[in-house]
Amino acid sequence: MIPLSWYLILTAALFCVGLFGVLSRRNAVAILMSIELMLNAVILNLIVFWRYGQPADISGQVFALIVFAVAASEAAVGLALILSIYRRRSTVAADDINMLKW
Amino acid sequence: MTAMQAIFLLLGLITFLSAVMVVVSPQLIHAGLWLVLTLAGVAGLFVLLEAPFLAVVQVVIYIGAIAILIIFAIMLTRRMLREDGRQYNNLWAGAVTVSLILFAVLTFLVLQEPSLAAGSEPLQAETSVLLQDLGRSMVDVDRFIIPFEVASILLLAALIGAIYVARPMMASEEGDREE
Repeated sequence: MIPLSWYLILTAALFCVGLFGVLSRRNAVAILMSIELMLNAVILNLIVFWRYGQPADISGQVFALIVFAVAASEAAVGLALILSIYRRRSTVAADDINMLKW
Repeated sequence: MTAMQAIFLLLGLITFLSAVMVVVSPQLIHAGLWLVLTLAGVAGLFVLLEAPFLAVVQVVIYIGAIAILIIFAIMLTRRMLREDGRQYNNLWAGAVTVSLILFAVLTFLVLQEPSLAAGSEPLQAETSVLLQDLGRSMVDVDRFIIPFEVASILLLAALIGAIYVARPMMASEEGDREE
């Protein structure tokens, strides 16, 4: 069978790729895509710990499903914000959106 | 190496490489399509972990809804940031360093913990019984009905909020428009 550490290293790698995207991309939609990568790594990690820890207890899967719902609402609100900003400022570059900056 | 390990390595490699393509692809629409492949790889890993319901949810919600929504947003905002433009901000070298350090620390911690290291086996579980239990527990007053209802209210609030934020500008608001 597959050792637990393989899964953990894979999810760590996925999370770090997403972190790099969030920190370095200029396009706001690309940042949102990287956030989805990070959330997916987290959900996979939850399921891995459920499977290797307490597979008879269903609460691990319920936890992952709640994270799915949060991820879906985050994507919807985030994209609505990006579209609204694009409509008002005609840009989606994160470093041009500096209305709140002093 | 068993067949399961070979399948895991294949799926993990596909998932990881397409995730890297998501963050380095200069053309955003390609990045969106690589994101679909990454999400499909994670769905395959869910199957490998004997969580078939979550694999279906991953395909329906993530690939069917979120990835398509992101591709729509890319197409609606595509006049900005052409592929020949700068894709990364000035902090990209720092971002690489931070990500690599975090990965090194996490890998070190995982490999150091003996209970997580190689040799740990997944416990046995009856998947079909679990699936019934999952469905019942979501509507059981004594178990997860509160988180379930909270999630549905959160989705409703996000839906209304998204419609309100992204609605077309009214004529009276045109004066607020900058530039």
